[in-house]
Parts: sequence; structure tokens; C-alpha cells
Amino acid sequence: MADVSTSNSEPKGRLARIIDSDLFHSFLRSKVTVVAAVMTLLLFLVAFLAPWVAPHNPFDLATISILDARVPPVWMEFADPRFLLGTDDQGRDLLSGIFYGMRISLIVGFCSVIAAAIIGITAGLVAGYMGGRVDAIIMRIADVQLTFPAILIALLIDGVAAGIFGGIDREVFAFYILIVALALSFWVQYARTVRGSTMVEKNKEYVQAARVIGIPSVIIMVRHILPNVMGPVLVIATINLALAIVTESSLSFLGVGMPPTQPSLGTLIAIGNDFLYSGEWWIAIFPGIALALLVLNVNLLGDWLRDALNPKLR
Amino acid sequence: MNVLDIKDLRVEFPGRKSVFVAVDEVSLKVEAGKILGVVGESGAGKSTVGNAVIGLLQEPGHIAGGQVYLHGQRIDELPYKKMRQLRGRKIGMIFQDPLTSLDPLQTVEAQLVETIRTHLPLSGKEAQQRAIELIDAVGIPNPAERIKQYPHQFSGGMRQRVVIALALCAEPELVIADEPTTALDVSIQAQILELMKKLCEERNVAMLVITHDMGVIADITDHVAVMYHGELVEYGETNQVLGAPNHPYTQSLISAVPRPDIKVERFPVVNYIEKAGTPQKHIDISTHWLGKSREYEKVNGPLVQIRDLEMRFETKGSVFPSQREYFHAVKKVSFDINEGETFGLVGESGSGKSTVARVVTGLYHPSGGSILFGNTELTSLKNQRETMAMRRQMQMIFQDPYSSLNARMRVKDIIAEPIKFHKLASSNSEVRQIVDDLLDHVGLGAAAGLKFPHEFSGGQRQRISIARALATRPRFLICDEPTSALDVSIQAQILNLLKDLQEELGLTMLFISHDLAVIRQMCNRIGVMRNGELCEVADCDQLFENPQHEYTQQLLNLMPSMELLSRANLETA
Amino acid sequence: MIGFATRRLLQAMIVMLVVALLAFTMFRFVGDPINQMVGIETSIEEREALRERLGLNDPIPVQFARFIGNAVQFDFGTSYQFKQPVSELFAKRIPATLELSFASFVFALIVGIPMGIYAGLNRESAISKLFLSVSLVGISLPTFFIGILLIFLFSVTLQWLPSFGRGDVVQVGSWWTTGFLTASGLKALILPAVTLGMYQMTLIMRLIRAEMLEVIRTDYIKFARARGLPDRLVHFRHALKNTMVPVITITGLQLGSIIAFATITETVFQWPGMGLMFLQAVQNVDIPIMSAYLLLTAFLFVAINFIVDILYFFIDPRLRVGRP
Repeated sequence: MADVSTSNSEPKGRLARIIDSDLFHSFLRSKVTVVAAVMTLLLFLVAFLAPWVAPHNPFDLATISILDARVPPVWMEFADPRFLLGTDDQGRDLLSGIFYGMRISLIVGFCSVIAAAIIGITAGLVAGYMGGRVDAIIMRIADVQLTFPAILIALLIDGVAAGIFGGIDREVFAFYILIVALALSFWVQYARTVRGSTMVEKNKEYVQAARVIGIPSVIIMVRHILPNVMGPVLVIATINLALAIVTESSLSFLGVGMPPTQPSLGTLIAIGNDFLYSGEWWIAIFPGIALALLVLNVNLLGDWLRDALNPKLR
Repeated sequence: MNVLDIKDLRVEFPGRKSVFVAVDEVSLKVEAGKILGVVGESGAGKSTVGNAVIGLLQEPGHIAGGQVYLHGQRIDELPYKKMRQLRGRKIGMIFQDPLTSLDPLQTVEAQLVETIRTHLPLSGKEAQQRAIELIDAVGIPNPAERIKQYPHQFSGGMRQRVVIALALCAEPELVIADEPTTALDVSIQAQILELMKKLCEERNVAMLVITHDMGVIADITDHVAVMYHGELVEYGETNQVLGAPNHPYTQSLISAVPRPDIKVERFPVVNYIEKAGTPQKHIDISTHWLGKSREYEKVNGPLVQIRDLEMRFETKGSVFPSQREYFHAVKKVSFDINEGETFGLVGESGSGKSTVARVVTGLYHPSGGSILFGNTELTSLKNQRETMAMRRQMQMIFQDPYSSLNARMRVKDIIAEPIKFHKLASSNSEVRQIVDDLLDHVGLGAAAGLKFPHEFSGGQRQRISIARALATRPRFLICDEPTSALDVSIQAQILNLLKDLQEELGLTMLFISHDLAVIRQMCNRIGVMRNGELCEVADCDQLFENPQHEYTQQLLNLMPSMELLSRANLETA
Repeated sequence: MIGFATRRLLQAMIVMLVVALLAFTMFRFVGDPINQMVGIETSIEEREALRERLGLNDPIPVQFARFIGNAVQFDFGTSYQFKQPVSELFAKRIPATLELSFASFVFALIVGIPMGIYAGLNRESAISKLFLSVSLVGISLPTFFIGILLIFLFSVTLQWLPSFGRGDVVQVGSWWTTGFLTASGLKALILPAVTLGMYQMTLIMRLIRAEMLEVIRTDYIKFARARGLPDRLVHFRHALKNTMVPVITITGLQLGSIIAFATITETVFQWPGMGLMFLQAVQNVDIPIMSAYLLLTAFLFVAINFIVDILYFFIDPRLRVGRP
């Protein structure tokens, strides 16, 4: 409302600007968000540092004994103090398994989010800026794909890939197939958002000013428009990371994702699911809780980011 | 008896760092059948007064002091439910933008009937009858039929009439109109103002009109209150305040209003209001980079010759050419612009004036016609190199200071971009020096370069835009409504700056505006546009003194009369 | 109206054609159909004869046309695993999936819409914040894990509800079987329907809340308040109706994704629907079932989108009545 001029203040450095920004203040004000950020950081750390922080190495066959199979968590009867959360059906320490599984889930999640973002942002920028036929073609593809939920597309891609690579060992390719499947299922969201924002930005006068100066389209797109549409992209990327982790774990649970030799959290839950009825609930439930915690915290961050970056809600 | 009586009103908005006092110690009175105007520039707190009276302050704003009386009854402390019963029944409200004020999914009738029945004990049939009478009273033809329609089927002016009918439907004693004509074209603005004045007198309603427009104040108000930064600086009868203002702010505000009736060389310096920044450091144009190498090719005759310019936009696409529908934005427009002159294009929204500007700068490719710039035909430029040479010679200043600068770039980078891109300087240090000088020259000071656009006010941003446009050392400057988003006082400063620059640099300008008064102050020759056609081209004075085309005459007649306004400052200027 | 509907119908058909092309490409080129149909000992001549008989040597466009022609008559070929016509396999399983999807969609709407409206209107209230937190947990828990938790709680620990299957079903008409008419069928439906509907419910709730918050800030709502209309009218006649357009779009799309997510729920609960069959097909590279499932779900989605578009038409007068 007030057109108060701050022109007399000194220009500020980058860090000072971040600390003084409304975004940072809204972050500090929301206690839930701060807790979520700390939790997320913690989970990322234990996942990526799994080889160093995990009490056991679940892939080291020399330390695994089938005699330790299905040991319950330490607070229950027949527990073994070496295994805080108990062991799975092959005698692997569940806590370490969760750390390593989370690592795989996160790597798949990040890779697919980055791949989807690159495809989607490029498509969205080009479609939104060029308009016309290019736009029509890209958006029709997006529309058709959007009619299918991500999980279905991922399943189909997985099935087709299995058909094509028929004889070859599936385990080698599982990781890459998953990333391709997830990236191809999620790019549409970026494309649509970036296209929408680009169409808004394109008509803003700073872009017209750049065109009047004579700056070529590609440079306008990258240097002028891209930085201005990154806000929503950041929100989508955060929420998508959560979604990618969930979708990956769902695929793994269904048996078409990560194989038991490289278990992600979903794979661990799938393994545990078979023992649910015989009372050995911890094998499925603990990886599930870890997964839910991870996704919940990332979602909390994404939620806050969306509200904080939405000028209409301020 | 006063219908509305505001005593020592104070409204606060608690913020992150401090409490913002939007309205401070404001006292106003409105009588039945009279119109009180509250005038001020953005941030003056005038809308906040209206919202406080009707109890619709935006959170976290609240009334922090003073009282509001309606017919002697105190209303600022009423509980929510009592206040709600007052709204619409005793106090009606008219908003600025008629396009967004009506629920798009309900018919006009449904919206009227529900409001009437909320407040008056009428049956559905009676309410319907009353709704038709109201629609008739606000001057909408065929009320019984049109009432069945949805808002999107009405034009902007007609929708504002519907909004007025809605505000009046329970016979309120007070109507608050917040910028009721700002979103409308001049011709429609005049009609709506006339309607408001008529209804106010006929129905003996007290009216509070909030506006930034001195013309509206001069046209319809009986009393006027001038606000500045939340405070009431002057309050009295309209004739008195406009004709012989006491307060220095009112004086400078009035002298900054562009006048259609007299032409001034420069606007008086408005020293009371926003400071332009550091004082202008003078650059010797004859030796400076900015003045150098203006050795453009000599042109015999006009610099720009536009012939039969056509621009169509496809509104309905189809594979079959015969099925496509077009909007004809510019139809067979021809005019010349001489070297060193300012050519004005004036017209209402949708007249195609901005489209002409965008076609000339190459933002749109014309559907037909020719644009000769110097000796070069712009519509048939072949390669990138030819285009670039042309782009360097013509630059544009845009309307919206908030969107015309990239928010993610520092000011110095924004201004340096064209210099670097067209390779107009030999080294980075030279670029830096030029950017600093340009910022000084437009009155911002070199230090401004390190900041981001959002740290500046609207007027300051427009100066940055001007500096960016100058950075290619253009010969031809196109200004598309450069001041229509600014307050009058800032407008005066920017217009002065543009005049100075034109004189120093010998710029040729195409100046586009909807505001005839601004056009008169800025232009040598003027073209009047309507519905994509150019109606009349004439010398400035001739157009205002002796308009030839019927439409021009009509436009001139509809302009709010400024005769009430004091001429004191102008004559000393 | 007619023009609008025809245009949408045309678009829908183009989408179906593209999907059919995908399904055909998969059907024809992923793996060799002949290899899947015959044993290893079949001679090359016999294979060639079979290839000729199935028309696999015809030009590709002819094969595509035949593929579409067959699909329109519900002929999707023979399953590699079961050696039965795909259409018969699907016919047996469609009722199970549709009943599950319907039940969970109804659950999602009945619970999600009121929660969303409440949270949108009372943004700051404690209950709204609780709804929002619960919904975030709902979105963060993967569908299969919700299923596992419910099974663990209600089947394994409390033993109130069955953990797998459809219970007793009743034959209705020639090929439809329903679980709605028996006690055990209804009991068996509860856990899968809640599992499947949970995600959609939270999504619908959050969407309605967000739309409500947006609409509440518009000028016409402010103007409605300034006219002194009671909150009831402002909230339900003006605000809610205006949130409906985006809500219907997303809800329509959600109905589509319910059918897709049914795959997971059916796996967890061993629900004998087409999702379960599709999953087995993916694991065993049973291409005819995969391509038929693709076509079938695409058809369902396209049909839903079409209905949604027509619904718009009745809600939004700006589509219905042109400018004067």
C-alpha cells in the first residue's frame, strides 16, 4: 500500500539480505517448519553418511548370520542388544538397513527430481515463450500424459523396459529404469507451471524491454525469465521429492522397483509385509515409519515454502 | 445534522518491525445530499478511512483511536453482527474495479434480490420489482431483460452501474465510493460521475468519494479533504480548497496536475513531495559518451513515416482460414514524426495506440503497411545485424514501473545490459562509469546501481527505465503511458525529466497517453485514435483550440473541468 | 453447447488414438508375440504360418487399423500367461475394481469436502490446523503403508476386519458381481476403500481449503460483505460456488488416479481386481494385458474428463452465455 521509499538505506550484502528477508522471518516464525528443517537435515545426513554412521553393514555377508534372523527390537522379549530395532528375515540389522535404504530412496528421489526438472523447465520455458504450434504440441503431450497418474506411467515404463531388456539381469538396470520412469512421470508438472509463469512473465514489460534492446530469445529465456519463475519450481521440486520417494517406494513394494539386493525403504517394507501376520511386525513397520518421517518432513518444508512464496496469502 | 461524523480517527497496521500508522487524527463530516471528496496520493491513507468506516479493514489493521458516528450513533465499536446489519442497509459501498466486484456465477438479479431481501422485509416478487426499478434508475436500458443476465455480459461502465445499484438497493444513508471511476475510460467516467451526483441529490444520500483524481474532485464534490501520509492537511469547501489552497502540499499537488487549458514549459518544481534522490550531477553532453557519436544518417523529411499500418490478432484459431476470427487492433494508420519533435497518440483503452507503439518497436510484426525509419523499411529487415542496428536507435519506456524492471537483477546490471550487448563501450570499467553517469543524470545518483528494483518507489523506477533506454544512445524514444501508474506529483517530475532529456539530446519521441492534459503538455503534434483508426492529426494547440473530428470534440468536452483549480503557482513558474 | 461438446469429444478421440498407438506399439514391438505363443520346439515354418495367419506380416498401418478395430469390439488378444482371451479376464475383474474405486471416492468426497470448507473458512482455528496437520500426514504416508498399518491394526491385532479378498459376492446380471449386498462383502470393502480413499480425501480437503482462501480474497466477496449479506450467503452461495470449477477438475482427475492407485491397494489386500492382474502382467511381461489395461484406463480417464468438461458448462455461465 504505502509507496515508502527506502532509497536512503545502504545496499546490502547477500547474506544480510537473506537474513533480513521476509522469507527467512516467516521461516523462523513457523516452529513446525524449523523442526521439519532440522529433521530433514538429520535424515539426509544419516542416509548419505550411512556407511559411516550405521552400526552394521547389511551388505557385508561376513557379518550377517541367518541365526540372527527376525530378532525383535531391544525393548521386547528375546531381543539382542546388538540390534536396536531388531533384524529382518536374513539377520540383517534393521536400523542399518533403514539407513542404507533411505540412502537409496533419496538418491533415486533426487536424481529423478533433477531429471524431471530439467526436462520440464526446458519444455515449459520453450512452450510458454514461443507459444503457437510449439506450445500446442508440447502441451498436448503433457495433457495426454497428465491423464495418467505417475505410478501407472512408471509401471508401464518398467514393464516395457523389462520386455525390451528381457534376458538381461534386471537388477543392473532397475536403478536407471526407475529414474527414467519417475522423471518421465513428473516432468509435466514442471512444464505446466513454468509455462504458466513464463506466459505471465513474457508479457511483463521487462521482457519487452529486453526485446526492444535486441537481446535474442534464448538469452531472454535463460537470463531474464528463468530466475523469475524459479519460485514455483522450487516449491514443486520440494513436493516432488516427497512424491518421488513415495512413488519409488510404492514401485519397490510392488516388486518392480529396487531389487532386494539393493533394497530401498519400499523394498524393505515389501520384505517385512510377508512377516506381518506372524507377529514380526517390526520388519515392515520400522522402515515404514522412517519413510513416513522422511516424506512428512520434506512435505512440511514444501508446504511452508508454497505458502511463504505465494504473494496472495501474505 | 451530519450523516457521517468521524472524530480523530487513527488506524494502525502492526508490522514486523514497527507499527504503521495509516490514518492519524483525521476528522471529517458529511451531510445528507452532499458529496465529500477525500483526495491524496498513494499511501495517503484515504482508502483506509473508507474501510474503517464500514468496518472492513484488512487484517491486521485496526482502529486505534477516535470515533465514527452515523447519525449520531457510534458505530466503530459495534459488534460484528450489528455492524454487518449496518452494511448495505445504512452504508453502501462502491469499489474501484467493476470487472471484479460482481460474482461471475450469479445473475445480476440474483445478486440484487439477495441483497434487498437481506435488508428489507420484501417478498421475492417485490424484491424483484425493486431490482428492476433500481437497474432502471442507474440508467441501464431494458432493465427487465438485462437483469436476467450475468455480469460478463455487461461492459465495464454498465457493470459499475450495477455495482451502484447494489450499493443503493436498501436505501442507505451513506455511500462510500472508493476510486469509483479509476478503472474506466474518460467518456464513461463522466457518465458515472454524473449518475452518482444525480442519485446523491435525488435520494438525499451522503457520499464519501475517495479518489486520487483532482478532476473528479473538481467535478462532483461539495467539500474536499486533502490527505498526505495519513494526515489531513487541508479540509474545506471544494471551491475554496482548489481555488486558493492554504497548505503547501495542496498548493504543490494542484500545480502538478497537468492542465488541458494552458500549456506550461515545465511543471513547477514540487518540493514538498518525494525527493528525486541525490541532486542531479551535471554531465556535459557535448563531451560525454551520452552525447557522442550521435552521427546517425541524415534524413530528408520525417524521421518516421508510417503508412497504412495494419495489425490483426487472431481471436479464434482454426485449421480453416475462413473460420478464423480476428481482432483488428490497428486499421490503416498513417502518420509522420519529424526529427526532434514529440508526436502524441491519444485515445481510450482499446483504441490501438499501444499496439502502434509495439509494432513500431518491433515487438509485434504488423499484418500490413510500412514503417519507414530514416531510410530503412522496418517491416522488411532481413538479418540479425540490420535489426540490431535499428533496435539501437529506438528505445521504449513502459507504463508499469513495477514490471518493467527485472526484479532479480541489480540496477547497474539492468542499465549495463544494453551497453554491453550493443558493444557501445570498450571496457568494463568504461561501462561502469557510463552506468554511474546515467544514474546521476536521471537524478538517482550512482549509489543506486548496487540495489535491486524493489528498493525503489514507482517514480524512481521509472527513472531507472529511462536510464536503461538512454543506454543505447537512441535517436527515437517511444513512451507508452510512462506516467499513468504514478501519482501526479511524481508524474510532473518524470515529465520534466523527459522534456529536459529531449532538449539536451535532440530526441525524437512518440508519446502515448490516455490523458489529454498530459499530451497537451508534452507534444508538438497529436494523433487521436479510436477503435484502431486514426481520427485526426493536428498541431497541439490547434487540436485543443479547434478540434475538427467529432470524436476529438467529444473527448475534449468530457474532460473534467479544471477551472476551479488555482493557477497561482503556474503563473509564477 | 453442441459445438462445445463436439470439440471436446474430438479432442478426447485424438487422445484415445494416441494412446491406442502407444498400446499398439507396445503390443506389436515389445518382445516377439509369436515367441510368447508357441513352444520352443515349433519349427520356423510353423512360426511363419502363424505369423501370416495373425497378419503380422501385413503393413504396419493395416495392423494398427486391425488393432483398433479389434479393440473397439473388446478383442485385446490372448494373455501370454493365462492363455485366455484378455477381454474375458478383464470382464471378471472389472466389477471388483470399480466397486472399490467408487466406495473410496465416495469416502474421499464425503469426508474431504466438509473438512476443506471448514478449514478454508476458519483459517486460524485450532480445528483447521489439526485438519491440516492430519492431511499432511495423510499425504505423506504411502498408500501401501496405510494399508499395512490398517491390516496390522484391524486384522492382525484386533481381528475385526478381513485383511484380504472381497468376501462373499452376489451375481448381478450376466457378468457383474457385487460385494455391496452381503455383510462379509461390505466388511471386506472397508479397509481397502479407506486405504485407497485416504490420499484423495486429503488432497480434496487441501484443494478446497486453498481455493476457498483464494476466493475469499476476491473483490466480489469483499463487495458481498460490504453489502451486509449474512456470512451464510457469502460463504456458500458466493464463495463455495466459485471454488467449484477448479475443485471439479481436480476431483475428476482424482477419480482417474483412484483407479490407478487401486493397483497398489489391490496388491496389499489381494483384492481380485484388474489392478492386481495388471501388476502381475507387468511382472511377467504379459504385453496383451498391459496394453489392454492401458487402453481401458485411458478410456475411463478420457470419459471422466469429458464429463467434467460438460459439468463446467453447467456451473460457469461465462462458458454458457456469450457476450452480447
